[in-house]
Amino acid sequence: MDDPLIEPISSQTENKPAGEVVSEPSDDFVDLTNNVSVTTESAVAEIPLDEPSDDFVDILGSETEAQREEVVVADVTVEAAVAKSEVTSVVTESPGDGKTESNAEEEAQETSTAPIIDLSGDLLASDTQQPPVSDKITNPLVDLLSDDSPAPAVDAKKPSGPPQKSLFGEPDEDLFGEPLGAISKKTVSKEQKENKTAEPADIFTEEAVTTTPSMSNTSTVNSKTNGVHSEEDADIFSEATVELSLDSPQNERKNEVTAKPSASAPTSLSAAASLAKPQSAALEEEEAELEDKFDILVSYFYYQISTTLPLFRNKTFTVRRRFSDFLGLYEKLSEKHGPNGFIVPPPPEKSILGMTKVKVGKEDSSSADFVERRRGALERYLQRVVNHPSLIQDPDVREFLEREELPRAVSTQALSGAGFLKMINKATDAVSKMTIKMNESDVWFEEKLQEVESADQQFRKLHALVESLVVHRKELSLNTASFAKSTAMLGSAEDNTALSRALSQLAEVEDKMEQLHQDQAANDTFSFAELIADYIRLLGAVRGSFDHRMKVWQRWQDAQAMLQKKRETEAKLLWANKPDKLQLAKEEIAEWEAKVTQYERDFERVSATVRKEVVRFEKEKTKNFKKQIIKYLESLLQSQQQLIKYWEAFLPEAKAIA
Amino acid sequence: MMQEGLDDGPDFLSEEDRGPRAVNVDLQTDATLQVDISDALSERDKVKFTVHTKSTLPNFKQNEFSVVRQHEEFIWLHDSFVENEEYAGYIIPPAPPRPDFDASREKLQKLGEGEGSMTKEEFTKMKQELEAEYLAIFKKTVAMHEVFLCRVAAHPVLRKDLNFHVFLEYNQDLSVRGKNKKEKLEDFFKNVVKSADGVLVAGVKDVDDFFEHEKTFLLEYHNRVKDASAKSDRMIRSHKNAADDINRIASSLYTLGTQDSTDLCKFFLKVSELFEKTRKIEARVAADEDLKLADLLKYYLRESQAAKDLLYRRSRALVDYENANKALDKARAKNRDVLQAETSQQLCCHKFEKISESAKQELIDFKTRRVAAFRKNLVELAELELKHAKVGTSTVELLRENPLRSCYSQIRRSESGQTFSASITSRLSDRHVVSQTAAGKAAVASSCLCMI
Repeated sequence: MDDPLIEPISSQTENKPAGEVVSEPSDDFVDLTNNVSVTTESAVAEIPLDEPSDDFVDILGSETEAQREEVVVADVTVEAAVAKSEVTSVVTESPGDGKTESNAEEEAQETSTAPIIDLSGDLLASDTQQPPVSDKITNPLVDLLSDDSPAPAVDAKKPSGPPQKSLFGEPDEDLFGEPLGAISKKTVSKEQKENKTAEPADIFTEEAVTTTPSMSNTSTVNSKTNGVHSEEDADIFSEATVELSLDSPQNERKNEVTAKPSASAPTSLSAAASLAKPQSAALEEEEAELEDKFDILVSYFYYQISTTLPLFRNKTFTVRRRFSDFLGLYEKLSEKHGPNGFIVPPPPEKSILGMTKVKVGKEDSSSADFVERRRGALERYLQRVVNHPSLIQDPDVREFLEREELPRAVSTQALSGAGFLKMINKATDAVSKMTIKMNESDVWFEEKLQEVESADQQFRKLHALVESLVVHRKELSLNTASFAKSTAMLGSAEDNTALSRALSQLAEVEDKMEQLHQDQAANDTFSFAELIADYIRLLGAVRGSFDHRMKVWQRWQDAQAMLQKKRETEAKLLWANKPDKLQLAKEEIAEWEAKVTQYERDFERVSATVRKEVVRFEKEKTKNFKKQIIKYLESLLQSQQQLIKYWEAFLPEAKAIA
Repeated sequence: MMQEGLDDGPDFLSEEDRGPRAVNVDLQTDATLQVDISDALSERDKVKFTVHTKSTLPNFKQNEFSVVRQHEEFIWLHDSFVENEEYAGYIIPPAPPRPDFDASREKLQKLGEGEGSMTKEEFTKMKQELEAEYLAIFKKTVAMHEVFLCRVAAHPVLRKDLNFHVFLEYNQDLSVRGKNKKEKLEDFFKNVVKSADGVLVAGVKDVDDFFEHEKTFLLEYHNRVKDASAKSDRMIRSHKNAADDINRIASSLYTLGTQDSTDLCKFFLKVSELFEKTRKIEARVAADEDLKLADLLKYYLRESQAAKDLLYRRSRALVDYENANKALDKARAKNRDVLQAETSQQLCCHKFEKISESAKQELIDFKTRRVAAFRKNLVELAELELKHAKVGTSTVELLRENPLRSCYSQIRRSESGQTFSASITSRLSDRHVVSQTAAGKAAVASSCLCMI
């Protein structure tokens, strides 16, 4: 690791957690994360340690008015402040924090606080802090740590090795050049969350508490595996990521949910670029207003992504991405991994119509629906990417999740030159797909392909049906509402008092039913229709991987044919007795033989990957479907139970009619 | 006594469950004259009702007899009541609506045309569904006609009507014909005049507080009921649509599930089953709402119209009476035709008083009838809704508890090597514990575990 990098990184990490924590719901975490960051860089650490607490105090004090300058001031004071005492004080405050909702979470927090205190003590003594690490992580980690402990600081920085270097080259500079801006930005984003929903915050805190301390450790683990590439390590590592990421999606989702409102305050194009910093300086609500004021031309939605992964040094962090960035990520991934037979999860399609609708009529409920749908789809897309053991290790993914500013993805525009090229490529692909006749040697693939195709068809049908169910339910909800209204009117017209009262009760019941139908429609959409839509897309990706395999096969076959030809010419030459050319021919044959073996190996490799991927896909599919459908059934059950409640309340009223 | 149905006229009502009877009116049963529709047969474009009468009244030749009647004859009976001056003071029971099987028939036909485009299961399912729908409409039609007859039979005056007796007893075709164009035109004009008069009448303040109150009430009530009835119809229609969708989703899931025998497919089959059940429940809810709510509202829409007509006739009589009074005054002033004017004035007075008197009673009866019917139907509606919702809950729960769990355990076996993140399981199990016993809780939690 290069020294120059270390410093910026460390400082960056310090800043980040500080900002994040501040914004985070409960104050204690702030300290926590700070501690964490501190631990990672032993030398630089002490300053940050103080930083968080102060920072946090300041921000809390100013609360809504945390302007950029103030944050700066906070930073300054931070450095002067004494760390530990404040940390502890904050920690003690934590239980009283009103934001914790469930007892369990509270407990989690409290328990976690204990280790934290310990931590702060530990921290200064040594760089390694393991206590609150979650079980799964700990085991490998501890082992690793024991190895690492001699040179923890170095190790900690290793994670940011080759890939991260490139990632961080720019951000670091940015941060250092305009640290204030960066910091304030972070705080803003986090504060948004805090303000928006208490719940995600809770989860976050939990997460932060349990995982953050382990962060530096895990990152070292990662760095190791990344660097060493030993099979075993990689395996362990991938397992670990999968599980943790299971958590992370939860957080992600929560956060994104919270982020959504803020994201739905769109910025105009110019504003997006130039205003980014000033905006971020303002606090969440203010920001929304600001943006509202600025945006005359509503052009883009920003999606806020929060990630919590052991893979990244900062544990949790937030970036803002545009929809096209997601598409860009997909492009990159599919270019890189598609040919190798990986099933690259596809993002939702562009929907010009839906988006225009959203842009034109902001208040419309259907547009809110659209935004929510897309947000959910993007989130699941990201989760799939992150859950994929190979894709998560791709530098592009990390860059996407971590880096502050992404270069604009240009190739995703439908009408751009790149888009045109893509279209041509697709067309040729389709043609070659038709022309290639593969005599399938592997029955498994044949069967799978058929399965996938018929499943695709069925899912499409099912999706259309579910969509129509949603439409009808919405209609039902509307009609129920109007019926409720006229029942109420009828009740008021009725001159028998008991009957009149019963009728207005009935109107109330119908009113509630309307809400129920509406909720049910939303459930149909989000837990059922969207699930199926996802799988329609995914099945397309699976087919894509089959196609790639076929292409590789074709290449192999071509090479074989070529080799055959070369051999024939050699034989001819031999017969014609032309030794000078014979040598050349022999060389060519050798070359092609090598190619054939190479291609054959490629084909086998791709086949194996596809096979593995399909198996993985199916497993995921089964899990996913069960989970989602169970969720859906739960919602059904709940609405039925609500129904029972409503009618039970109504029954005595009806009986009271005399 | 009648020919067998020519085409799609299964003998619905001879089945055991003979549908709800006289749901919308609470009638005092009277042993002296009992009328019901024992049978009905649907032919190409008409429905033949077998009207069965049991009576101890002396003016019938037998104690028990049946005749075959068509919808037009019911209308004729109703019109004869309306046209009879004698009955001006009564709420004439509203005529049953025309049987309308067109929509249902059309659907059946369409289904026949589209037979090739769907799988056999889908076809049978759709057919069953349509047949059920047809049956429901049929039963409803019969019930409406029966209600009309029962109302007449229970009415103290109308039951003695000669036309009614003929209707019940004469075992030949009454050979009533549909109205011809001229008559229809006349009807139309009558209606126009009536509605113009109605406006006029509505504007006139009644001397009698009771009638004044009833008038304002009925005018308002009629509009409200009309509105509510239309809205309930729409609500029920969309409910039925949703149920249809669920049905199709179920069959689609079924096809998905039958593709192979993987675990997921079994799961799909289960879910399909569940959807099928949900569909049934939803359809039943819709049907019951239709029967208990929409029909009730519709009936009282017509009944309130009939009551309004009564008020209108009374006001007419009142106006006549006032005119006669004026004429009498004039005649007295001129001292000409006094006697004639007096008799006409007395006639009018008598008529008006008679109408007023019976109308008062009729309106009070109407109110008690209405309240009783609403009570009965609303209670039944609530009970049925409760029943269906409970069935729905139990099906979902049943499915969740048993078959899904077996699915999970299968997965668990296949994925036994995997560990789960504790936080997620706890979160999920939280969600799962909706209404479970302690034992159930553990089971559900474990099922969640397997799920992940």
